[in-house]
Amino acid sequence: MAKVKKKIKSIKIDLDKCNGCRACEVACSAFHAKPKYSSNNPARSRIRLVRDPLRDVYLPVYAGEYTKAECSGRDKYVMDGKEYNECDFCRASCPSRELFKEPDSGLPLKCDMCEDDPPLEKPLCVQWCLNDALVYEEREEEVEEEVKPEEVEIGLESMVDKYGLQKVMDTVARMSKRE
Amino acid sequence: MRYAETGYNLEIDLTRGNIERVETDPKLTELHLGGLGTNAKILWDRVPPDTDPFSPDNLLIFGTGLLGATPAAGANRTVVSTYSPQTLLMGYSMMGGFLAPELKYAGYDKVVFRGKSPELVYVWIHNDKVEIRDAAHLKGKGAVETAELIKKELKDPNVQVAAIGLAGENRVYTASIEQGRSSASRLGVGAVMGDKRIKAIAIRGTKDINLARPAEYVELCNEVLKYIKFRNENPVPNVMTILQGLGSPQEMLHTDEKWHTENFMWGNARTRRKDFWNSEVEKKWKDTQEMVRTRLISCYNCPMKCGAIISVPGISTYMMKCFSKLTYAMAAFVDDLDFGFRIAQRATEYGVDGFSTPQIMAFAFELREAGILTEADFEGCPSDNEGKFFWLLDRIARREGIGDVLANGTHWAAQKIGKGAEAYAHNNIKKHEQLPLKLGMLNPVYFLMYATGEKANITQIEGQFPQGPFMTMEERQGFIKDWIQVPDEKFKQYVLDWEPRGERSNPYYPTVDMSVDIVDWQEMMHYIDDAVGVCAGLSSFPLKPPYHIHNYPKLISAAAGIDMDEEKLKEVYRRNRSLIRAVNVRRGLRRADEKPPEDHWKKRFPELEEKLLDAYYTFKGWNKDGIPTKETLHKLNLDYIAEDLEQRGIIKNG
Repeated sequence: MAKVKKKIKSIKIDLDKCNGCRACEVACSAFHAKPKYSSNNPARSRIRLVRDPLRDVYLPVYAGEYTKAECSGRDKYVMDGKEYNECDFCRASCPSRELFKEPDSGLPLKCDMCEDDPPLEKPLCVQWCLNDALVYEEREEEVEEEVKPEEVEIGLESMVDKYGLQKVMDTVARMSKRE
Repeated sequence: MRYAETGYNLEIDLTRGNIERVETDPKLTELHLGGLGTNAKILWDRVPPDTDPFSPDNLLIFGTGLLGATPAAGANRTVVSTYSPQTLLMGYSMMGGFLAPELKYAGYDKVVFRGKSPELVYVWIHNDKVEIRDAAHLKGKGAVETAELIKKELKDPNVQVAAIGLAGENRVYTASIEQGRSSASRLGVGAVMGDKRIKAIAIRGTKDINLARPAEYVELCNEVLKYIKFRNENPVPNVMTILQGLGSPQEMLHTDEKWHTENFMWGNARTRRKDFWNSEVEKKWKDTQEMVRTRLISCYNCPMKCGAIISVPGISTYMMKCFSKLTYAMAAFVDDLDFGFRIAQRATEYGVDGFSTPQIMAFAFELREAGILTEADFEGCPSDNEGKFFWLLDRIARREGIGDVLANGTHWAAQKIGKGAEAYAHNNIKKHEQLPLKLGMLNPVYFLMYATGEKANITQIEGQFPQGPFMTMEERQGFIKDWIQVPDEKFKQYVLDWEPRGERSNPYYPTVDMSVDIVDWQEMMHYIDDAVGVCAGLSSFPLKPPYHIHNYPKLISAAAGIDMDEEKLKEVYRRNRSLIRAVNVRRGLRRADEKPPEDHWKKRFPELEEKLLDAYYTFKGWNKDGIPTKETLHKLNLDYIAEDLEQRGIIKNG
């Protein structure tokens, strides 16, 4: 496969600057509502705040890849006297937890850096974080060319994981007859 | 589909254990918006005026605002309304935090409690699933501790909990409802919650909040955020530090307490210590605060950082805001800020109001000094100031011995104690303890706000307009230059003409009519905030806030799809204002009750004060006794109120 230049978009997260307001969750869920901004609901947000005020744990984490199997990681990390679960840092939409799944369908959610036309200067969660706990960063990397699955394909794949290919095919067939 | 609001209330009858989800009338949203407005409407409709606050017939309402949980910054307020055991009037106490948005995401605009549970319970609201659960194991637990235990029990760290401590369980009249960094503290709402035997409310919601015109609304929200950023970078010059920025007073951030410690009163709101602050105190207090303050934190969807996590070595962590770090220390004459943080921790777990409670204690020790309370009342009380206050706080929260009498607040305690104790309960309005502030010259605007405020709390009515005149014309011109928030250009002229002394100074300037105008503007913004559920710290409380009368109609209209403009919004305000007045008038409130503490200002002007009240009532369309007239009520679509007041003989001949 050919090497291509790829723009890597990332969000630098400064835990010390987070004031715990969850504006990032509001902004994200509103941006991704259909039609855009028509509703908001942190449970649908692709960025979530792991928050435990009395132990001073404030950790925004944004959604990464979907994974069908949970990993074995259940370790604890102690930093500056504060205890974090390994999962708190993990961006996966994973069977071991509720995070990064659509509350109605259970379908996985993934951060798309607020892809839009025209493109946003930076993702909305970053724009709405006036305390700069979230900072948008871009860099270029040379990577192997890859074929990116479409959104529908990602969704279907997880349905297949959950219910099996046959059941999904039967359902689609039945639905297409009804139409 | 309903926009901005969910369109449903949760009705919980604690006596019968009945739970219902009830659709609300959209017409009421148009008339009152939500929050405080619709809470008051429910109280008017459903609680007879002679109901005892501790009767099962009294309601306890947790309301959210119309804009609550929408993307608007700071739209997170919970408005708790009931009849207050202390003032016997409508008690409404508000809190920020995370509860109201969670309730809306669960699908409800309000939770309305009626009746009384036979046993201590907590209520668990998880979207459509609502349970009344046994809370026997939480009896006597601290408010913060209770929230932690419930989250653990429900195995969900994202559950939001509002809880009472021991003080609420024991119906202490200053009992609060605690919710993380926030609390609904004033007017005894925690006592009513305890009387209904509700230890806590736990909420988890994962539903959508919809907007009528999304793109337009989010653009308005973006403008608000931009303005917040601008204001954070551009503090208002020539006013004291805590008035320069947005938010509630930044007491968790600032460590310079020269102003509070030297201008507010110590002890039982009596002693001013003009030379208290020096470099030694400054250094010590700064070190203390920075050591215990773990992080500055905010409420839901707000970029400000008005609260803090406080970890004092050796005791459990809690959260704090505003200036309760000072109230106990100053009431107790303790010069060590560390005491302030330590006793506030215990007070938060007990769940008591940090304004009233320290004053009750200072009042009690004054009565002992005066020989009105005896040594027998204080048997076992340590002799040092710190120990004394911890000891008495325990007695009050537990209602033990003299604590049982004091738990009803200074007004009722003084009545019960007698022997001249009434003179020591000197800092009350409508039976409710006020800020320990004593001043020289009467300020006509503040006179009116203190006298007539339905909430009997100055911070819930002041804001917008400078507290005093600027010294030079240059400062005044600088101030009005970018003052976009004024509802009318005339307010700029008032600021330009207001002098520190001479003819155009307090108490005769601002003039009576101007004072009424200024108060009306300040009140209007608070009433709108409280109905839409936006924090006063971004709106009615600070100078030059991001929300104002010019952008609110657009926000309300785009969010809820209600046809709204400035005139209509002003009418909603006037309706809610007269509605709440009517609720209280029916409970007996009259002109004679509208009195700031006699010693609040040294220089008083009885004739002027009467004129101010007359003009204020006339402006509102009320009669000389502060009762809305039939004509006014008719104009505000409140004919049913006029009819009721007429039947009761409260309104005669219009």
